[in-house]
Amino acid sequence: MNLDNLYQEVILDHYKNPENKKLSVEKDVQVHHLNPSCGDEVTLNLTLESGRISNISWEGNGCSISMASTSIMSTLLLGKSPDDAKKILDSFMELMQSKGSAKGDELLLEDAVAFAGVSKYPARIKCALLGWMAYKDASLQVEAKSK
Amino acid sequence: MSLDVGLIRKDFPILGRTVRDGKRLIYLDNGATSQKPQQVLDAEMNFYLMHNAAAHRGAHQLAEEATEAFENARATVARFLGAADEEIVITKSATESLNLLAYSMGNAPSNNRFHIAPGDRIVVTEMEHHANLIPWQELAKRTGAELVWLSIDSEGRLDLSKLDTVINGKTRVVSLTHQSNVLGTINPLDKIVARAHEVGSVVILDACQSAPHMRINVKELGIDFLTFSGHKALGPTGVGVLWGKSDLLEELPPFLFGGSMIDTVTMLDSTWAPAPRKFEAGVPNMAQAVGLQAGLEYLEKVGMEKIHAHELNLTQQFIQGLSKIEGIEIFGPTTTESRGGVVSFAVPDIHPHDLGQFLDNQGIAVRTGHHCAWPLNKALGVQSTTRASFYLYNEAHEIDSLLDGIQQAQEYFGRSR
Repeated sequence: MNLDNLYQEVILDHYKNPENKKLSVEKDVQVHHLNPSCGDEVTLNLTLESGRISNISWEGNGCSISMASTSIMSTLLLGKSPDDAKKILDSFMELMQSKGSAKGDELLLEDAVAFAGVSKYPARIKCALLGWMAYKDASLQVEAKSK
Repeated sequence: MSLDVGLIRKDFPILGRTVRDGKRLIYLDNGATSQKPQQVLDAEMNFYLMHNAAAHRGAHQLAEEATEAFENARATVARFLGAADEEIVITKSATESLNLLAYSMGNAPSNNRFHIAPGDRIVVTEMEHHANLIPWQELAKRTGAELVWLSIDSEGRLDLSKLDTVINGKTRVVSLTHQSNVLGTINPLDKIVARAHEVGSVVILDACQSAPHMRINVKELGIDFLTFSGHKALGPTGVGVLWGKSDLLEELPPFLFGGSMIDTVTMLDSTWAPAPRKFEAGVPNMAQAVGLQAGLEYLEKVGMEKIHAHELNLTQQFIQGLSKIEGIEIFGPTTTESRGGVVSFAVPDIHPHDLGQFLDNQGIAVRTGHHCAWPLNKALGVQSTTRASFYLYNEAHEIDSLLDGIQQAQEYFGRSR
């Protein structure tokens, strides 16, 4: 097994220099997600303005996969409409469930295709999804609030 | 005489397999579960092949043989612990054993010595596995009792300076681990047992991490109850042990109700069989008990003193090797004094999950996470750790491979920027 398929350079880069990893003062909602099997955690702030994600910021503690994945997700979703963000989220979920058979839609997922290798390691899929699930939860809460 | 590890390894088929594209398996996750020798697998299979019937029921030959096999297993467990046969309850797991005690005490009426009343005290320690914490949290909630604990000191040993105030006159139960599954610390029992008995409390010992690795004699320990799990002691999954002093088991009410644990039954009421049977409702886990018997016999044949000494040699080698790697933090005692072969540590700037993944890629199986001891991790100020835990079949060169692997991981994860 070549570990580089799992730990791609872009993942380690985001782990060491994460993006948007500072909780915003203002937010529509804040969520806290935890992986009970390892203790990894993410707190995520989400703000929508004029139908776009105007702010997505986070704080967290965890392995390179969970932290880098949250970082890349935040850069991908910032500025997107909730519908576009959902498409990206669905595409990422599909990639994680592919058991190593998919490469990922690079147009949609951009740097997040680097996590394709994670889908071969069942124990790590939860790590890669931690921040994404936090976003999903936050977006549903924002949606519910606006109704 | 040291162990002939080469000979021992031949009995464990799984140790001959490879993982992750041809890497030789180095199994260092024995604190989670042990591997099984052929003798255990044969014993379990032989029970099904030749003797399978419901023990304690029926008068046919197979039922007699199944009963005899199950009772022989009980007798072997008793011998292994220095106890009497009737003091051994065969459970499904150590977790079940601890829940059995907590629920049975919760069932005890006010005239029973195990009755827990509001204001009574249940004492645990900060280093408990969730299995020896949550059942007591829940019992405290159900009864209005107070849950208190002994803290750990900076070396990962129990702080006994407040022993006399933590274990006070209200204390009904003191339940603690013999050896921490995270720190490797072996707890000093004499003072704790003496204080607990002085105030009329029972002492329950979680021996999951000790009984498979060192000689245990329940009479010498002076405790009242002890539990350990079969699968950490070369046995199959699905079998655990609860030992209790006869008079205590006699007074303790049952927890699970059903077939085989009764004396008489009418439509409205029932009476219980004597212990240990009143704690063994349903057709017992016979094949697993027989497998555990083979596992314990295997351990006895090798010798518990030798196994413990062998594991301490590996522990010393590993701790010494770790201390030469810059920045490594060891959680728990850094000498082999009163400790077992479980070592948790942190490598700077590498998350345990990533380290575990890197080592796994080299065929090395270690545990990462909070090891089902979340409050202990909080006390240590860490989210998770990496843990290596050794057993009789581990070899010195496997420790070297682990140490090399840790250093290679440092290079690997330091590679970008």
